[in-house]
Amino acid sequence: MKSCLVVDDSRVVRKVARKILEELGFTCDEAEDGKQAMDHCARVMPDAILLDWNMPVMTGIEFLRRLRKMTGGQAPKVVFCTTENDLAHIQEALSAGANEYIMKPFDSDIIQTKFQQVGLL
Amino acid sequence: MKVEDFDMFCTLLRQRSGLVLTSDKAYLLESRLMPVARKWNLKGLDEMAAQVRTKRDEALLRDITEAMTTNESSFYRDQKPFDQFKSVVLPMMLANRQAKKVIRIWSAACSSGQEAYSLAMLLAEEGAKLAGWKIEIVGTDLSGEMVQKAKAGLYTQFEVQRGLPITLLVKYFKQVGDKWQLSDDIRNRVQYREYNLLGDLAPLGQFDIVFCRNVLIYFDQPTKTKVLEAMARQMPPDAVLYLGGAETVLGITEKFKPMEGQRGLYTLAGAPQKL
Repeated sequence: MKSCLVVDDSRVVRKVARKILEELGFTCDEAEDGKQAMDHCARVMPDAILLDWNMPVMTGIEFLRRLRKMTGGQAPKVVFCTTENDLAHIQEALSAGANEYIMKPFDSDIIQTKFQQVGLL
Repeated sequence: MKVEDFDMFCTLLRQRSGLVLTSDKAYLLESRLMPVARKWNLKGLDEMAAQVRTKRDEALLRDITEAMTTNESSFYRDQKPFDQFKSVVLPMMLANRQAKKVIRIWSAACSSGQEAYSLAMLLAEEGAKLAGWKIEIVGTDLSGEMVQKAKAGLYTQFEVQRGLPITLLVKYFKQVGDKWQLSDDIRNRVQYREYNLLGDLAPLGQFDIVFCRNVLIYFDQPTKTKVLEAMARQMPPDAVLYLGGAETVLGITEKFKPMEGQRGLYTLAGAPQKL
């Protein structure tokens, strides 16, 4: 079973995403901000990370840049999932090492096709 | 709804689009036609049926047909057919058309254009390999409204997230307000035309690759046969036909046969052994 870390400061979004991902066969862990996500990845590197952009303590983009420099941090497929929906943000995310990008609102179809495209399903 | 009204709408739709409605689909008729009734200031489907019977106003008949024909589409729908296109169909056609360097592709019942544009982007990605080639993509749909939408190449945030990889969004789209529009380069690769599959297909010319996915499912058997055989006449002997996952030619026509090892792909029955 593949593992996915859901990183979002909204409990509701984490819950919705978790439900969708579990239906797709992932085991899920949650983090409320980039810092918690860093701590999690230092302990155990997930196969996938669903990542919000704007969060307190540490933003998603900052987390991603740090992750890609960590030992083993190249491995997880990172899918941004954010309300930031302009080209500049998308390009910034891709150049920081994101594999895919979801603009909120999302549904299970979108998560499923994006995860397929990066080879997680 | 009165039975005779339901029957009248069914006959109308069948004649104009080939769409077959069974009686369990009455709810669909009501939900799709109520907006049309409002647009025409008709009180309900009773009044609409009366209007159709007495006036046969072409514009109204057209609105009814368009409202009832399904317009579901997404970029790179089902993914596999596009993988096959890239790895099997395109290389084969490039080899077969070496002399002329022209390939014509048809997206039949193209809806809002995502299939045709998916192919256009795929070809753009192939880049240098296709230098010197002329690859024409034609998208046709019964609905004038859909053809207009396809030509505009303008999609909602929701639509561009269904099946479209983010790298292609960044590369080939520009943001226009809260929507996303395909670049002129991609839009110029596709010609869209309003066209009924039940009509004479000859004016469209010959096509080397035909996409007709999830279209036949709406037709009854004689209509399926008629459409497939008409398509066969527009295809050279080594052409390839794509059907949807739930569709087949078996028991419908002998003009096509499944392509060995390639699910969803069909060749003409008289095709050369080695394509």
